[in-house]
Amino acid sequence: MIGLQHYLILGAILFVAGVVTVLTRRHAIGILMGIELMLNAANLNLVAFNHYAAGPAPDGRVFALFVIVVAAAEAAVALAIFLNFYSNFASVDVDRASELRG
Amino acid sequence: MLAILFYIFAAITLAGAVGVVVARHIVHAAVQLLLTLLGVAGLYFLLDAEFLAAAQLVIYVGGTLVLIIFGVMLTSNLGTRLLHATKIESAVVAVAAVCLLSALGIAIRATHFASVPRVIEVDQSRQLGYSLLSDHLLAFEVASLLMLAVMIGAAYLARRRPKDEV
Repeated sequence: MIGLQHYLILGAILFVAGVVTVLTRRHAIGILMGIELMLNAANLNLVAFNHYAAGPAPDGRVFALFVIVVAAAEAAVALAIFLNFYSNFASVDVDRASELRG
Repeated sequence: MLAILFYIFAAITLAGAVGVVVARHIVHAAVQLLLTLLGVAGLYFLLDAEFLAAAQLVIYVGGTLVLIIFGVMLTSNLGTRLLHATKIESAVVAVAAVCLLSALGIAIRATHFASVPRVIEVDQSRQLGYSLLSDHLLAFEVASLLMLAVMIGAAYLARRRPKDEV
């Protein structure tokens, strides 16, 4: 019998995979992929809680829907910034983005 | 039957997630991310969230992932430079990841979640729509404003500009 905890464990593993991706990648778009993994893990938790522990209200699913919308917006802006960064530095290595360091 | 489907979708999701972590090439990572997103969409189906599963497929797979792949192609440095962490960084991250995962796992195993008896609804998507346009109307409108701002902002940021203007 599949319960809430199965989904929570799966979400935890997904989240840790996202954290590892963000921490080990130096490619800017790779980091963006890690963030998408973490957002998906959070969404999975929201929907699972909504299904198993929230009664009839659909609030968890509404939150998850907004997370998907904001993630799409974030990806669009981030890629526009990466394009600018690439045209200025000819690289997508985030370690090169140190212009503002004091 | 549901348990078998859950394990199939969970395996797809985890395979994709591990693939994103270990992929040597950024395009391979994008393909693995596609696998993860499809697996999560399947899990949404199992959780009776059909509309969310469809939104996941349309927005994430059809929109965000295509955007990411476009970004990879527009900024490709011919893929020659390896952008990977050093051995020491990887080791530190691995230790941190194991700690985080065990902390989360212990917390999940130790917590007793109150189980609310589920009410079988006739039409979950209809309920979601009513909720979106009554209780969450403000958030809905703010999201549409956000989309407008993002559209203008992304077009402004990514425009072609003369060389002397930075």
